[in-house]
Amino acid sequence: MKPAEYHLTENPRLQRWCGGIGLAALLLCAVGYAANPVQFHHSWLAAHFFVISIALGALIFTMILHLTGATWSVPVRRLFENLAAPMPLFFILFLPVLSGVHELYHWSHGEAVAKDPLLQLKAPYLNQVFFAVRTVIYFAVWTFLACRLRHLSLQQDEGDDHSERLRRTSAAGVILFALTLTFAAFDWFMSLDAHWYSTIFGLYIFSGCVVAGLAAVILLARHLQSRGHLVETIGIQQYHDLGKLLFAFTVFWAYMAVSQYFLIWYGNIPEETIWYHHRWHGSWKVVSLLLVFGHFLVPFVLLLTRWAKRNLAVLAGFSIWLLFMHWVDLQWLVMPSLHKEGFVFSWMDGTALAGCAGLYLKYLGWLLRRSALAPVGDPRFEEAVDMNR
Amino acid sequence: MTDLNHTEGILARYAGPTELLTAARRVAEAGYRKFDCHSPFPIHGMDEAMRLKRSPLGFMVGIAAFAGAGLAILLQGWASAIDYPLIISGKPFFSYQAFMPVTFGLAVLLGAFTAVFGMLALNRLPRFNHAVFHSERFSQVTRDAFFISIESSDLLFDMEKTPALLRETGALEVELLSEPPQD
Repeated sequence: MKPAEYHLTENPRLQRWCGGIGLAALLLCAVGYAANPVQFHHSWLAAHFFVISIALGALIFTMILHLTGATWSVPVRRLFENLAAPMPLFFILFLPVLSGVHELYHWSHGEAVAKDPLLQLKAPYLNQVFFAVRTVIYFAVWTFLACRLRHLSLQQDEGDDHSERLRRTSAAGVILFALTLTFAAFDWFMSLDAHWYSTIFGLYIFSGCVVAGLAAVILLARHLQSRGHLVETIGIQQYHDLGKLLFAFTVFWAYMAVSQYFLIWYGNIPEETIWYHHRWHGSWKVVSLLLVFGHFLVPFVLLLTRWAKRNLAVLAGFSIWLLFMHWVDLQWLVMPSLHKEGFVFSWMDGTALAGCAGLYLKYLGWLLRRSALAPVGDPRFEEAVDMNR
Repeated sequence: MTDLNHTEGILARYAGPTELLTAARRVAEAGYRKFDCHSPFPIHGMDEAMRLKRSPLGFMVGIAAFAGAGLAILLQGWASAIDYPLIISGKPFFSYQAFMPVTFGLAVLLGAFTAVFGMLALNRLPRFNHAVFHSERFSQVTRDAFFISIESSDLLFDMEKTPALLRETGALEVELLSEPPQD
């Protein structure tokens, strides 16, 4: 076994540039904030969540893998752990949203609430202080889970067996995760239109997170393998299984989207349908159709075959495509409350994304170099690697 | 007396899953086709070792599911927009949104039926008996025993060479399968 198999030592140029590009983009964002704070905050919310959804998807999957105890997944689990671990960074990057509540959320305008009986009823929940408190709780839970799962897994590399503690943490973790992500989805996205409500909205956001997390793991594994790491550890079987899960959660995303749309369409209550009305207006209609075809129908038909899931170029291509579609999905969720007439691409969408993604990748690269690339101390690790031979 | 005319097959027992896998590979390499492996649990890599072709079941299920979805849209569209148009809560006659649950349901139903009945048909089930049940030992296969059975209808089946091959591959016991004598 070559030493490079489990250890990332070099600091590739791309990785070195990530931090610099991220910081430069943040400076541009500051300029954008001065020029157009409303646009900046909307761009930032969508871009921040696009990047954190990768980490959230990786976090929930780390816990699912511990709970199911499947052997096949052990060689790729460290990638999930590392993708999930930069949670503290996301809290710092979320501060602009907390400071921009007034720019983003109609319910934070005192004079609007005074005229609106419905917002008055929602005020005990939708107010700036409680919003900030809840956000801190979400990040505290996610940071705790991500760091603890990674920390215990790293200790296993040294020879301890923490399988039972990892399972217990995961069992409580999935419940905490489900609650926090559901309410985060309500707070950050649903309350952009404070009159509108959908009980399935949390699951819709969750399904997008899992798709993004799986796509990112596939791309990260391909990237590391192309640089000569994990070559004998991650085999076609792992990619095939990740591809099946990517396919399944693409379908699950569509199932959630259809369930939400279907009940609102059937019920036909103006309070609920207005949300889809906004998204069927102007060029948003094109974006809506793009999501139906690009986020579901085309990947569904093309990823259906075993061949597509076992062809690494095809699988990586779909991972990139689904990440792009996830970005479109978040634009579609956030932006109609700002650009009512249709989709507008602002340069701040680009810089916010480059800022968040750059710092995330920098942090991720640092984490990857700090420890083995696979959970080599896991009791099932040898068995899992043997299965690839 | 056992001879080729009465022998329906041959059964060999192996020590464990690894031995079974190696033996299956040897038997497949020797050119046998009408043979099967029996174990209490699925063994990783057995399909390749036995040189089994990919099952066409997945494609059959896919075709059936798409057919089910198409059929459901035709049925609902024809019933609610052509044959008996009714205005329901002001929605268009051909409301594809309203058709989605049934479309999904019929796709799953036809897919599932094809999966179950297609699996039975491809496995040539149900059947009432098989040569391996002539063996007393064979019932252990659901607990802790690993077997290879070769049917006598295989073109390479030979009363001397086949048992020899099985012994060579590490069989613990080799047994000829034939109808027990009737009273």
